[in-house]
Amino acid sequence: METKVEIRNLCKHFGSLVAVDDISFQVNRGEVLGFLGPNGAGKSTTMKMITGFLTPTAGTVTLDGYDIIQQPLAVKQRLGYLPEGAPAYPDMTPAAFLEFVAQIRGLQGADKQRRIGEVVTRVNLSSVLQQPIDTLSKGFKRRVGLAQAILHDPEVLVLDEPTDGLDPNQKHEVRALIKAMAKEKVIILSTHILEEVHAVCTRAIVIANGKIVADGTPAELEAKSHYHNAVTLTVSATAHQATEIRPALLKLSGVAKLELLQEDATHLSYLILPKSDRLIVAEVSQCARENHWKVEELHVEKGRLDEVFRTLTTH
Amino acid sequence: MRSYYTWVILKRELSSYFATPIAYVFIVIFLFLSGIFTFYLGNFFARSQADLSPFFNFHPWLYLFLIPALAMRLWAEERKSGTIELLLTLPVTVAEAVVGKFLAAWVFTGIALALTFPIWLTVNYLGKPDNSVILAGYLGSWLMAGGFLAIGSCISALTKNQVIAFVITVVVCLAFILSGFPLVLDFFSGWAPQWLVETISSFSFLTHFNAIGKGIIDIRDLIYFLTLMAFWLFATAILIEMKKAD
Ligand SMILES: Nc1ncnc2c1ncn2[C@@H]1O[C@H](COP(=O)(O)OP(=O)(O)O)[C@@H](O)[C@H]1O
Ligand SMILES: [Mg+2]
Repeated sequence: METKVEIRNLCKHFGSLVAVDDISFQVNRGEVLGFLGPNGAGKSTTMKMITGFLTPTAGTVTLDGYDIIQQPLAVKQRLGYLPEGAPAYPDMTPAAFLEFVAQIRGLQGADKQRRIGEVVTRVNLSSVLQQPIDTLSKGFKRRVGLAQAILHDPEVLVLDEPTDGLDPNQKHEVRALIKAMAKEKVIILSTHILEEVHAVCTRAIVIANGKIVADGTPAELEAKSHYHNAVTLTVSATAHQATEIRPALLKLSGVAKLELLQEDATHLSYLILPKSDRLIVAEVSQCARENHWKVEELHVEKGRLDEVFRTLTTH
Repeated sequence: MRSYYTWVILKRELSSYFATPIAYVFIVIFLFLSGIFTFYLGNFFARSQADLSPFFNFHPWLYLFLIPALAMRLWAEERKSGTIELLLTLPVTVAEAVVGKFLAAWVFTGIALALTFPIWLTVNYLGKPDNSVILAGYLGSWLMAGGFLAIGSCISALTKNQVIAFVITVVVCLAFILSGFPLVLDFFSGWAPQWLVETISSFSFLTHFNAIGKGIIDIRDLIYFLTLMAFWLFATAILIEMKKAD
């Protein structure tokens, strides 16, 4: 597989503060890399170095073999960037702003008009094209920023919190847009919203205090969860039956722990945690059958990203 | 530096002057004050001489307050709105951005200056002025405006705060005017060696502006203004490169 973006031993110090501490990774075409981490983790700083806005204290960034320090223009031509907060010239209209970016991107004549038209349709901007950007809603501003970033159909897209502050519909639209572009590009996006990772990313890197603490597919990250392969069981039974059901479950050889979800007059509901890496769903369902419990719900948990995220990023 | 990119930035910047009230406010105030200074304070009619020296004589003082107001937003505004991050991650160099933005402001002052043409018409209507001297006066004034702007560009690169940028620019520009002021030079010439007095005076806007305004365009005066602008723009580019993210 060809390596598109390669980050090696990247560091950034602000005075005595180490914002990014020796980060290395590679991203290939077709990957959507989610950059996850709490506020202040160093996500934006890393992206600013990838896009050539900040000069690294140490380390290298190369794109298609071009080094961001040695050949900044070659890198910048191949890259689209949505900075955090989607800054744009407030007194310009989206039409004028996109015209400016298109010119800077070297687009000309009919080709330029066609690209602007395509992008405006793609991000749904046509209704506000002639309105000054500072009068636009947050959602529209973000779309202007996205339009600007994808205008020249770049090989690499860097998006810093592309859905931050958007309403659920707008989030959905932006994610759909990212997914639609994913195949032929390298996309690196930062977020602190975990559902986003499921929704769009093929891979996630978790960073905390400037360091990478996990790197893998969303499924691999979920597998780190205590809840990975846990089983949720709900039976229709009265509360006093709980005294039989609980010990029966705990006796099973693969079961480590029982978490109580609900126990009331008509329903008992438990989360059953396995001993390390064991698959316990068969055991549990067999136990239920043998005891003639009226099972209403039985399913296997994939794992909880938020829990993994919390354990990885706090200590 | 690639002229196409500088030109695209210049166009964007200039059109944004006219998209906001800045351009109109600046031009109206500039024309209004030019008129007052020339006709009222400058005793334009009482002098009954057909030239525009009362008009040009006030330009350094007019620029002292108007140009820093124009220059303060050059980079401070980009920082404040975050667009500096956008601009400098587009495939342009810092030098292209610095020069493009500066040229836009300089062209804009050129437009404001050109709009004082009714004063020129008046003097031609009233008498027979030497129009080549007037043209030289306009050239000198425009070059001086460029000098003020380049200083302002550099100081605006230092801060996010436009008020601070304005105040510091006024002070620095004042120093560049005063160093050629007879009063200041007299103060030095009493005790300082002649070469020092001449050096101080040669750094002044006034010395070179007045020289050009006499109608004799000496290459040294042109070089003075162009070098001054190049120096301050170079400093701007270095400052932006060093502290673009602060
Ligand atoms: N220009 C700067 N000067 C000083 N410190 C900075 C600067 N930019 C970011 N930082 C610091 O670097 C750390 C990482 O910030 P950032 O990359 O913005 O985090 P994130 O995007 O993950 O929320 C934070 O502690 C932040 O305060
Ligand atoms: Mg951030």
